[in-house]
Amino acid sequence: MGAGHRTRSAVGDTAVAGPAHHPVVDELTASESALRRFLFGLPGVDQVGAESRVAALSTRSIKNDAKLWAIDAAISMVDLTTLEGADTPGKVRSLCAKAVRPDPADGSVPPVAAVCVYPDLVAVAKAALAGSPVAVASVATAFPSGRAPLAVRLADVRDALHAGADEIDMVIDRGAYLAGRYATVLEEVRAVKQACGPAHLKVILETGELATYDNVRRASWIAMLGGADFVKTSTGKVTPAATLPVALVIAEAVRDFFEATGRRVGVKVAGGIRTAKDAIRYLVVVNETAGDEWLTPAMFRFGASSLLNDLLMQRSKQRSGAYASPDDFSVE
Amino acid sequence: MSGRPESAPVASGAAGGKRFAYAPAPESRAVVRLRPTYGLFVDGEFVEPSSGVHFPTVNPATEETLAHVAEAGAADVERAVAAAARAQRDVWGPMPGSERAKYLFRVARIVQERSRELAVLETLDNGKPIRESRDVDVPLAAAHFFYYAGWADKLEYAGLGPAPRPLGVAGQVVPWNFPLLMAAWKLAPALAAGNTCVLKPAETTPLSALLLAEILQQAELPPGVVNVLTGAGATGAALVAHPGVAKVAFTGSTGVGKSIQSALAGTGKRLTLELGGKAANVVFEDAPLSQAVEGIVNGIFFNQGHVCCAGSRLLVQESVAGPVVEALQRRVETLRLGDPLDKNTDLGAINSPQQLERIRELADSGERDGATRWSPACAIPERGYWFPPTVFTGVSPAQRIAREEIFGPVLSVLTFRTPEEAVAKANNTTYGLSAGVWTEKGSRILWMAKHLRAGVVWANTFNRFDPTSPFGGYRESGFGREGGRHGLEAYLDA
Repeated sequence: MGAGHRTRSAVGDTAVAGPAHHPVVDELTASESALRRFLFGLPGVDQVGAESRVAALSTRSIKNDAKLWAIDAAISMVDLTTLEGADTPGKVRSLCAKAVRPDPADGSVPPVAAVCVYPDLVAVAKAALAGSPVAVASVATAFPSGRAPLAVRLADVRDALHAGADEIDMVIDRGAYLAGRYATVLEEVRAVKQACGPAHLKVILETGELATYDNVRRASWIAMLGGADFVKTSTGKVTPAATLPVALVIAEAVRDFFEATGRRVGVKVAGGIRTAKDAIRYLVVVNETAGDEWLTPAMFRFGASSLLNDLLMQRSKQRSGAYASPDDFSVE
Repeated sequence: MSGRPESAPVASGAAGGKRFAYAPAPESRAVVRLRPTYGLFVDGEFVEPSSGVHFPTVNPATEETLAHVAEAGAADVERAVAAAARAQRDVWGPMPGSERAKYLFRVARIVQERSRELAVLETLDNGKPIRESRDVDVPLAAAHFFYYAGWADKLEYAGLGPAPRPLGVAGQVVPWNFPLLMAAWKLAPALAAGNTCVLKPAETTPLSALLLAEILQQAELPPGVVNVLTGAGATGAALVAHPGVAKVAFTGSTGVGKSIQSALAGTGKRLTLELGGKAANVVFEDAPLSQAVEGIVNGIFFNQGHVCCAGSRLLVQESVAGPVVEALQRRVETLRLGDPLDKNTDLGAINSPQQLERIRELADSGERDGATRWSPACAIPERGYWFPPTVFTGVSPAQRIAREEIFGPVLSVLTFRTPEEAVAKANNTTYGLSAGVWTEKGSRILWMAKHLRAGVVWANTFNRFDPTSPFGGYRESGFGREGGRHGLEAYLDA
């Protein structure tokens, strides 16, 4: 709600691509105090209510055709991720092969959306994915803590882009956010967005460190006002990572931002999503909160690694009626 | 045999999911074994009614006859009350509380073990979505037996005096909206306190009480401790009027409640009544609005609005009325109306054609009185009794839809400007059962709770039930409390 309803009627369904200077965005970010007033004017999130809503949505029973559709959709929404100190070109290349053709035995499986790596491995991934529809995403901005000077973080972004990254996953400065320096967070998102140029920007809130749903809602708005193409929950390096209530709150925020500005911002949930069942629950929450316009790889992503094999296993079970062995699917 | 309507409709809407259409996910009804006819449960056995008359009970989602149940007459009431009195005097009354507790714990466990069967049967007979019978009605029924089982050997410590005594035979008449749960609310405290019971389920929803009787047999509850008499209004009237009944507990309409109260005047029988309501759900401008919208939906569309404490009057602060109604309508568009056995159904069937007619009549009056009627585009199944979720805006307090209990999925939206006005409008009803308050301001919650004339006030939630929490109303919503320590009081002579 919030800003949404003041402008809803004025905004048509024609989404404006890119961050653009929408009057609502300009108005809300005109000054530090305007931004603060807006953020604190957003309705609060009742923790018990939000959690019971997702508990109810989690009882949705997704069967047959709906399940097949959801599994294929989820596969096509995966950002297949490796973010380890031990990552090597070999590991990244094998992940890229999996991304393009998740199940070598079954050509009907769609490719995933992207491969997500550290900046120094972008070039390797780019070469391995050449000619495929799979994008290269890179975490940047001194991921995962973001504790580096802005100039260093921006250099990190430019480096990844120079190596060929199509998408940048940045982290916000949680310290600045928790200290109440919202304008700083906003300006940094803007600076990274500017550095990104045409590359897609996903803004990681690290909701496990923001702790409250009120903070998740406010930080989502800061990210969107700063030009984020996606709001992303977590780095995967902090517990808790993605949760269903957090996804609910972000889905409400992107829906309300769309109503206010006509621009659709995507949602990426990352960290701890390991099973097809979990993935389908996220799809249900997004479907019944933001709407099915968000159920495409352009608008929704899963940041995950082991999730893909469970999706493949459930897919084959759904089609053949029998469970395959975990060893029927490659482990990278 | 499938109990599903021919077309399983799905409410279509902005967030209803064209891309992601949920396939039908019906719960199997094979778990329920329906008998063609059911007798009365008297003195531990199923017996034929003295009249020999049986009447049909139908599935309101399909109009299919599920079974024929016995119609109890005066002679059956006589038999049942005599059996209950005997059991109370010779067995259940003298039994140590710790022994009574064992039976109640056993009943609770069997209810849990047979929960799927109970949930499917409840949904077949009542029309409510399986999601609710499975996740609310049946677990809460088991929880009530567990809770009161714990009290059975601790009655001296309930704060009702040093040596509280049971009253004797309790005559209990329950409604059709939560057939099993209301039976549990009535039976569990009565039995824990050492009373015996004659239970009369509603004529349109008798089957779960009869299955509960089977469960009581399975738990080897001594004969006569609980008796179940099926029938209509005349059966209930004969039961409450029987001189052997020491205590009457009734949940149902205010009209019937009033006639019971006058019938019992001067008899010395104890009485508790849980009657109608026209609850206000009050949303302030500083509320957590997304959750408030959920609470509004849950408040009025839970169990198709067949809830005495339903939040049927939405009082929303005028400064946020526009956005709240808009968000509410967007949310209602996602509700899925259809086959109650489908696990994804949010809104099931209206319980009976009579109730459907009453809802229609009142909704039409709202339109005639000048309120604006809105329902989402949603397909209504061809067979069965259905009413779409309906929201009336521009409702003024004088209109019938703002004053009379509709007992259906129909919400009346009114506005207010100040907390004082909210209280004045919320209290402007002859009922006094429940109310809801939505605000992030704790002090306002306490102030509202103090000034609202309602037996239950929910803050930032609605339709929350728990066996440890007393429930009940005052004014035309009745008197007495069910649940919690307070619920024992109705069944004990302190």
